[in-house]
Amino acid sequence: MTTRHSALLRVTHWLTFVAFAALLVTGIELIISHPRFYWGETGNSGTTPLFRIPIPSSRDTVPSGYNYVLPDQNGWSRSMHFEAAWILVITALVYGIYGVTSGHFKRNLFPVSGQRSWQAYWAVMRKYLRRAPPGDEQSYNPLQRLAYLAVIFILFPMMIWTGLALSPSFNAAMPWFVGVLGGRQSARTLHFFFTILLVIFFVVHVTMVAMGGFWRRMRAMTIGGASAGEEESA
Amino acid sequence: MTISRRKLITTGLAAAAGVTGLGVMDRLARSYGLIPPDSGGVFGPGETLTYAAQRLLTRHSMAREFSRSQISPKPFPNALAPPTDAFKLLQAGGFRDWQLVVDGLVERPTVFSLADLRSIGVRSQITEVVCEEGWSYVAEWIGTPLSAVLRETGLKPEARFAMYRSYERGWWDSIDLGDAQHPQTFLTMGMNDGDLPVPFGGPLRLRVPRQLGYKSVKFVNHITVADSMKKFGSGQGSPGPDYGYSWYAGI
Repeated sequence: MTTRHSALLRVTHWLTFVAFAALLVTGIELIISHPRFYWGETGNSGTTPLFRIPIPSSRDTVPSGYNYVLPDQNGWSRSMHFEAAWILVITALVYGIYGVTSGHFKRNLFPVSGQRSWQAYWAVMRKYLRRAPPGDEQSYNPLQRLAYLAVIFILFPMMIWTGLALSPSFNAAMPWFVGVLGGRQSARTLHFFFTILLVIFFVVHVTMVAMGGFWRRMRAMTIGGASAGEEESA
Repeated sequence: MTISRRKLITTGLAAAAGVTGLGVMDRLARSYGLIPPDSGGVFGPGETLTYAAQRLLTRHSMAREFSRSQISPKPFPNALAPPTDAFKLLQAGGFRDWQLVVDGLVERPTVFSLADLRSIGVRSQITEVVCEEGWSYVAEWIGTPLSAVLRETGLKPEARFAMYRSYERGWWDSIDLGDAQHPQTFLTMGMNDGDLPVPFGGPLRLRVPRQLGYKSVKFVNHITVADSMKKFGSGQGSPGPDYGYSWYAGI
């Protein structure tokens, strides 16, 4: 019996999910302490924000427009944010090394030849839009490959980059790291934008899994069910 | 499913090697000062990884300095407790009677006035204050490098940390000797060409520009050099970890 996802993929997938969930929840808590975003190097309650999120704040120094202050959750949120970030980075390293050495990236993620065209992407898109029932594809379709590649090679690396660019100590060692982003506050704002893109991916991803047969897909990604085609014939 | 004897032995050996490896790493990390005082608890592994990684990577690096034109026209002082009567009295006297006690593992425990500190040498830097909440501002900070003050008092060989207290009761923190002796760690008395205003920590604030704002304690009046942070407060280097705020705030 061949499983759809190798054990290493299944473990790193869920470690990533746990770290992502922890980072998202604690990140929201941290934003609540200052729900204002700026562009450039500096920005604070005395300067004009690029935009602000219309929610109450956990600090009475923030002009939130609400006459009450939420409880401060930053202490544990910060600690958990960075611990989860470490889990994510270590998991990503293991996954990345595996992805290259096992041929996982090449075999399952990079678009196969003949599918690197707008027509190929459009064909899948049309299928989605027609809400055609998912077939029992043995491998990811070109649009899926593109989405996963973007998450793995653009969104997560940019999250780590923009996150590290918020560290005063790291910026001391590598000033260009924050410099090319346009400054510290730009890095914070970009960190927020990339979060939104990851959340959009997450929602679409879970929706697709649900539409493609939630429990079967869950089994494949947890205990390691057989690949779709084999299951049909079994 | 049967587990072969060979598999059992190799797994056992691998586990033993792993545990020994962790033990060796732990001992190495301790001897190179890579374990923070708040390395216990659920978030201990994360705090330790961050502190060790940043110490290895950034030991000698300098915080970014900015040009005069980048100084924020609107610095933000953050909230403060109302000053006590004793503090107001000192303020009325132009802080001439402000005292900074430096004691602990130093060769010559000394009490410095602000004038004493100025006579050691005054320098300036234009660096950013970065709050853990996310906001920031750039200002010029004028003061005496802590390293110069510690040269005056001399350090005992077993010195590892500098613990610093605020005039405001219950407010204290600490940094490792690497940060204490870092050229940008200032006992700050001036800001943007004037005296350091009280809302920004005047008359004396310890600026630690490679860490977040909460490490730059305002109204500093007592520095104690120590070999370990175990005997202060809950033993985690500062009151912060009691509320979840990490001792090391380089990120």
